[in-house]
Amino acid sequence: MSITPPPQKVWFNEPVDKVELLWVGMALVWALIMFAMMPLWHLKGSQNMSNEAYRISPDVYQARVDAFVEKFKVGEEGKAKTPVVRPPAGSDVYLLARLWEWYPVLELEQGKSYRLHLSSLDWQHGFSVQPANINLQVHPGIDEVVTITPTTSGDFGIICNEYCGIGHHTMLGKIRVVAGK
Amino acid sequence: MVAKPVFRTCGLTGLKIHDEAEKLIKANAVVAIVVLAVGGLFGLLVALTRWPSVHLLPADLFYLALTAHGIDILIVWCIFFEVALMYFASAILLGSRLAAPKMGWVAFTLMVLGAAITNWKVLEGNSSVMMTSYVPMQADPLFYVGLILFAVGALIACFIFLGTLVVAKAEKTYEGSIPLVTFGALVACIIAVYTIASGAIILIPTFLWSIGLISHIDPLMYKVVWWGMGHSSQQINVAAHIAVWYAIAAILFGAKPLSEKVSRLAYLTYVFFLQIASAHHLLVEPGLSSSYKIFNTSYGMYLAVLGSMIHGLTVPGCIEAAQRKKGFNKGLFEWLRKAPWGNPVFSGMFLSLIMFGFLGGISGVTMGVEQINIMIHNTIYVPGHFHGTVAVGTTLAFMAITYFLVPALWQREIVAPGLAKLQPYLFGLGMGVFSLFMMGAGTLGVSRRHWDMAFSDAPHAFSHAPAAYLMMGIVGVSAVVAVVGGALFVLIIVASVLFGKPIKAVAPAPAPSPVASYGSEEHPSVPGTFTLALLFLTMFVLYYFVNWKYLASTWLLS
Repeated sequence: MSITPPPQKVWFNEPVDKVELLWVGMALVWALIMFAMMPLWHLKGSQNMSNEAYRISPDVYQARVDAFVEKFKVGEEGKAKTPVVRPPAGSDVYLLARLWEWYPVLELEQGKSYRLHLSSLDWQHGFSVQPANINLQVHPGIDEVVTITPTTSGDFGIICNEYCGIGHHTMLGKIRVVAGK
Repeated sequence: MVAKPVFRTCGLTGLKIHDEAEKLIKANAVVAIVVLAVGGLFGLLVALTRWPSVHLLPADLFYLALTAHGIDILIVWCIFFEVALMYFASAILLGSRLAAPKMGWVAFTLMVLGAAITNWKVLEGNSSVMMTSYVPMQADPLFYVGLILFAVGALIACFIFLGTLVVAKAEKTYEGSIPLVTFGALVACIIAVYTIASGAIILIPTFLWSIGLISHIDPLMYKVVWWGMGHSSQQINVAAHIAVWYAIAAILFGAKPLSEKVSRLAYLTYVFFLQIASAHHLLVEPGLSSSYKIFNTSYGMYLAVLGSMIHGLTVPGCIEAAQRKKGFNKGLFEWLRKAPWGNPVFSGMFLSLIMFGFLGGISGVTMGVEQINIMIHNTIYVPGHFHGTVAVGTTLAFMAITYFLVPALWQREIVAPGLAKLQPYLFGLGMGVFSLFMMGAGTLGVSRRHWDMAFSDAPHAFSHAPAAYLMMGIVGVSAVVAVVGGALFVLIIVASVLFGKPIKAVAPAPAPSPVASYGSEEHPSVPGTFTLALLFLTMFVLYYFVNWKYLASTWLLS
């Protein structure tokens, strides 16, 4: 039994039944297929994690965000009068996370690519674009660069999905994707 | 002078039971169940708050309750029960004395003290940092002290387990190799040791940082090391509850492993490959390369998943072989239909086995794919997954074996057998539905650890799909069903221990008689189990590729 010592002292030499060997073989093949899928998607797929990130101090990041907002601001929006920024396609776009806001509101064009920078000024935050359902972790001190191409248009919420203290659930930002011409 | 160890013979199983070991097992199991009750209550409060139309607690208490629920259930309940299991699998199954029982009490005291301190700090309200306590968010220094004390206690318990294996071998209390269940407990113990090491490496500096002796803890480094504890501690659970499955199969059916070699090698893959999978939690972190993520989160090419899939065949397989030997040979599933579904030891174990595989297992591997994780990270899908592993897998398996431990160790009958019959179904099915619909809401983008899915105080407006609200409502209802099942378990066990009819060991029962040898040399035929396994693999493959298809439809990222 499983709760008593094996009856045969050298249990390692016991023959193994076909059913078990067959299942181990099938499971192993499946494991290898799953393993191959990840590198394969990096080669063939269009939804992959970026490997580009830099150490950055929060002050420097904030200065970049401020310069970015100043350059491309087109309006204000929401209860907190968050600036709305419309950067040109293909450019570097800066989004800042802090207790408890996403800054600024981004206006992007459908089907165009942007180099999106993400960083936090204080704690960790979670960049969760809904309902597109894209979820990335945002760290203080790390400037994370993701090339992002919105394929659907409309207003998207940026939910903070990394717990960041008592105001966590009020931390909601916005990305507006304008339909391509 | 060292007192001579006192033994008794179990009237139910014929096992030789060391008095000191029995006391320690009881003490650890009792605290585990008390913590399960407390942690479960916090869980209920969390669930009732996330149920949109109830929304019970204010935000601060919600985050407090969620922190307490995570720590009490994921860490304290599981580890206390696992210490009891380790002592059982070593001293009792090997018929040995427990090594250093006094140190066992030191370990026990440290663990109780540590858990109490951390809970106290959480309840005070200044340490609502979630179980993960990601820096730079800071908790009260004593919050970390409590966790460290608890870990030291658990580490001592691990070494008592290892010491007992040495004692049993030296005093020749058994012949040949240790039983498979003890082997499983050994695997759990090895994982526990490096889990606790990871915990010490990160929590001690974090404590020093919280009292101002260290100026900075890098948040990414914290996560890499913390998850070496956080994820691996759940792998202790996996190793332990699989040992419980094998133990129950042996206790109820006299089941013998189909093949010692295959089952033990499957366990061995855990020792080699489980730890690296803690990188699962870092799939969408900046600053870690994709090759690091792919190798580590795939457990080095899914070799530990292979181990679990093997157990998925061999555990029900050994039951099928034993049942067929007894004559339940009709068709594919007579062995399963005629299994003792009214015995909570069996029903709990089998529900745990099935749901751990289908709910927790499939979802866990799928969400652990580097790219698919982009759709799932930190959504409520994640707790959906781990309630499919820790609640319906580990907790239900531990509940099932408790129905055996009470008559065996406390020598009391289970009170209210009718309710006990129902209990695993209430808890298991409630938790199963709960877990499934959390995963559903997660795919719609509902966030975990979030007080207000309506965002009423946010600067912008955003509304989730109505289906997300419906699913969170179902999550709330099923949580209540599961909590009723959990409460029933606690009440039945406490009442049985206190007021259960004593079982008189009339005559020393005969030694456990394994059913006649039907080892692999006799080619046990397990067609029913193989059919179940094929069904599982089909579901797995379909679900896996459906997620890739879903991923392909979202925004482009590179």
